[in-house]
Amino acid sequence: MKIGTPKEIIEGEARVAMTPDSALQLQKLGHSCVIEAGAGMAAGFSDKAYEEAGVEVVKTAAALWKAADIVAKVRPPSEAEVKKMNEGQTLISMFYPVANESLMKQAAAKGANVIAMDMVPRISRAQKMDALSSMANIAGYRAVIEAGNNFGRFFTGQITAAGKVPPAKVLVVGAGVAGLAAIGTSTSLGAITFAFDVRPEVAEQVESMGAQFVYLDFAEAVQDGAATGGYAAPSSPEFREAQLAKFRELAPDMDIVITTALIPNREAPELWTPDMVAAMKPGSVIVDLAAEKGGNCKLTVMDEKIVTENGVTIIGYTDFPSRMAAQASTLYATNIRHMMTDLTPGKDGQVVHNMEDDVIRGATVTFGKEVTFPPPPPKVAAIAAQKPKEKGKELTAEEKRANEIAAFKTQTRNQVGLLAIGAVLLLAVGLVAPASFMQHFIVFLLSVFIGFQVIWNVAHSLHTPLMAVTNAISSIIILGALIQIGSSSMLITLLAALGIFMAAINIVGGFLVTRRMLAMFQKS
Amino acid sequence: MEYGFTIAAYAVAAVLFILSLGGLSGQESAKRAVWYGIVGMAIAVVGTLIGPGQGLWAASLVLIALGAAVGYQLATRVQMTQMPELVAIMHSLVGLAAVFVGFNADLMINDIAQIYNANGQVLGAVSDDGYTAIGLPAAIYGELSSFGQLIAKKTSVEIAILRVELVLGIWIGAVTFTGSVIAYGKLAGKVNTAAQKLPGGHILNAAAAGLSLVLAVMYMNEAGSWTLVLLALLALFIGYHLIMGIGGADMPVVVSMLNSYSGWAAAAIGFSLGNDLLIVVGALVGSSGAILSYIMCKAMNRSFISVILGGFGGPAGEQMAVEGEQVAIDADGVANALDEADSIIIIPGYGMAVAQAQQSVSELTKRLRAKGKTVRFAIHPVAGRLPGHMNVLLAEAKVPYDIVLEMDEINEDFPSTDVAIVIGSNDIVNPAAQDDPNSPIAGMPVLECWKAKQVFVSKRGQGTGYSGIENPLFFKENTRMFYGDAKKSLDELLAKIS
Repeated sequence: MKIGTPKEIIEGEARVAMTPDSALQLQKLGHSCVIEAGAGMAAGFSDKAYEEAGVEVVKTAAALWKAADIVAKVRPPSEAEVKKMNEGQTLISMFYPVANESLMKQAAAKGANVIAMDMVPRISRAQKMDALSSMANIAGYRAVIEAGNNFGRFFTGQITAAGKVPPAKVLVVGAGVAGLAAIGTSTSLGAITFAFDVRPEVAEQVESMGAQFVYLDFAEAVQDGAATGGYAAPSSPEFREAQLAKFRELAPDMDIVITTALIPNREAPELWTPDMVAAMKPGSVIVDLAAEKGGNCKLTVMDEKIVTENGVTIIGYTDFPSRMAAQASTLYATNIRHMMTDLTPGKDGQVVHNMEDDVIRGATVTFGKEVTFPPPPPKVAAIAAQKPKEKGKELTAEEKRANEIAAFKTQTRNQVGLLAIGAVLLLAVGLVAPASFMQHFIVFLLSVFIGFQVIWNVAHSLHTPLMAVTNAISSIIILGALIQIGSSSMLITLLAALGIFMAAINIVGGFLVTRRMLAMFQKS
Repeated sequence: MEYGFTIAAYAVAAVLFILSLGGLSGQESAKRAVWYGIVGMAIAVVGTLIGPGQGLWAASLVLIALGAAVGYQLATRVQMTQMPELVAIMHSLVGLAAVFVGFNADLMINDIAQIYNANGQVLGAVSDDGYTAIGLPAAIYGELSSFGQLIAKKTSVEIAILRVELVLGIWIGAVTFTGSVIAYGKLAGKVNTAAQKLPGGHILNAAAAGLSLVLAVMYMNEAGSWTLVLLALLALFIGYHLIMGIGGADMPVVVSMLNSYSGWAAAAIGFSLGNDLLIVVGALVGSSGAILSYIMCKAMNRSFISVILGGFGGPAGEQMAVEGEQVAIDADGVANALDEADSIIIIPGYGMAVAQAQQSVSELTKRLRAKGKTVRFAIHPVAGRLPGHMNVLLAEAKVPYDIVLEMDEINEDFPSTDVAIVIGSNDIVNPAAQDDPNSPIAGMPVLECWKAKQVFVSKRGQGTGYSGIENPLFFKENTRMFYGDAKKSLDELLAKIS
């Protein structure tokens, strides 16, 4: 099959859906690749680089749409582009089927199969083609960079000869992929980072990135992100109130706020109200990653940077991935390539559009002249259900002390109990056994004692040598055989001789092997 | 004739043996400790040869020399990966020797009893004071071997105790013998490593044990030596059947348990011969084996009884289904990730031993360390087929022991580790032990390697581990499967890392 990538039409879109690297990988699957001249220019990939990677470069978009069996692009197709599609052709791109319903119907009528990269279900297997995640990752990173660009101070606290610089405080609202990327970037720049999310199970992830999770004092059955495919769902009014109250409390302290809260197929929830903006210090920066869906802050203007009356900068750009076109193209092209890998199970250049496959079915919005959106729920649950986490109660000093005393008491009781039982048994044996036996018995008991004391100290790593040594010295049984061999009876002598022979093997073998092993242990 | 000198030699030997075991607390002192053991053994043997063992001493020396030659051959030829087999087979020798010595004691009792009869006396008859045995006339007594004299002096109570002891010695010795042979077979791959039982299972063992008890009682009541022979045969069967029912991965416990048994057998024989050194050493070895078994069982979160009775219990309920897929990766990918990583933890398992990959692992470690990366090893207590098996293999491959850490020392470090490499281990890195209360290995302490940023698993294929349960680790998002024979995969990887 021939896979083609046209130049993106929308102005300012610098990304491209195929890179020279991904083209090489696609060719390994048995496909051939074609690209419109100049498609990769904005992302830093020259036509020459594509040609070197074995990609055919065609002059016009029309020629490309005609030549390619499969068209891979970034943005949803324009109407003009949909018109260029022909029956049986496959389009792989972002599509947003809810917003672009008429376009979808048009494409179906044309008989084109459309795979929407933004509809790839969120299951582990599909992560490698989850373009939303890879783009969100970039957006999160870039959001911090943009914020820093508009923020007049350092991120990290410093003590310099010219005075002390306090660290910047960053609040990230919504710890999805973009949020986590923003947290990671912000902490690595040295800012004190706080993060909030309606799904408390992400607290662990947040903390693992080095940020503090902002907990709400709110007792409601918490949301389980697993039920909604890993996305947040709308929350109850009470919860919202508690959340806003917390933000209001935090607002005056924060230098940079990055909001990333999106709920699938809905307008973005308002989380950062105008009064919070008013409460912020002049020079603070808000980056609203939800600007495209109306913004988490209602003051946000889509695709623009504004400065409020009190000097707070609000950034509403929606093209963060495109601002890092080289990186974004590489990741997106890899997502596409993985999608093609799944579509080409035989690696023979033959596309098998398997509608039984959860991932392919989920992403396909038109197939065989029919609209196949929305897909049925996937057969495999996206994410394992969260188990309620029991929180280990912090023990107070007294409780700890009490526990220690209790443990000590039971230990004492056990020990005394065992000693008492042991002593009684021993006395009972002593009543019937002759003194000659008891003498040996004492030796035996003491040896067991010494054995237990000594062996506990043996290093774990030396357990194998220990076994070899104990094996060697257990051939002390040779003494018994040595004593017996001088007997008058032939049979006894014979058995004893065998015993000596075998024990001797053991002595020499055991010790030698131990020495060999121990000699190998070396310090670096 | 008493042998004061011999007793003194025994005392010295006993002290040396204790020091020898105690010295194993550290790698450096261990090198000295093994010499204590060797000298102790030499003193004990020489002391016995010039004391109570002087009859036929020349023959004894020849036999010792022969045995030493065989032992030398064994010890110098064995591969370090075969260490578990060697230890197992050597245990069987001790067991068998104990059986022989026990039978000898019985034979000697019969001989002495005949001499008494011929003399018109009864063995063990007590003189008027009620404590000392009457004994034989001095002329006849003097002609007996030292071992004979030992028995001839005994009263009837002492003889009875002697019999209990030798029954114990023979029984434990025989169980150790067949058990060790089977353990050897399983470790060497000569016997099917899966847990196998004859029809009847535990009942068969219990019946055999009960029957041996009956026979022991009959023997005590002078039913004759045939009971002893039968008892030994039953014990041989128990040893065989018991170990056949235990799977290959439980061998660390089995081997240390057999080690313990061989010690107790020696101690029992020591009682019957009235030899304190045998008792001391037997007790030391016995307790050492018992502690090792305990440590191993604890590491698997299973009771000693359940390991000995063999096999895993069935799952307590529905096990969690494993979701996701195993994502494969090639040597290039692993090499890239290693190139970027700063801290790396390698988790070796039995698979490394099977593939003889320790040299490659060592080479990899060397190269990564040369690049300034932190490379450490995490060793689970039951990794491999012998306690401390992995440590020995890594030591053989010249991996410095101070970067080889125990589970408890390193488990906390996984979250701050870039790459964890699992080489041929499975159950010891299974997160189901913590997450799934219904898993057969639930509660077993495991190495939490999935907390590392990235995990590579070198594994032959998609099969399950010894316990036959799925390992959710392989399906985790940060896990990549590096399929293939461990040694081959690592060599491939080495070619990419200079």
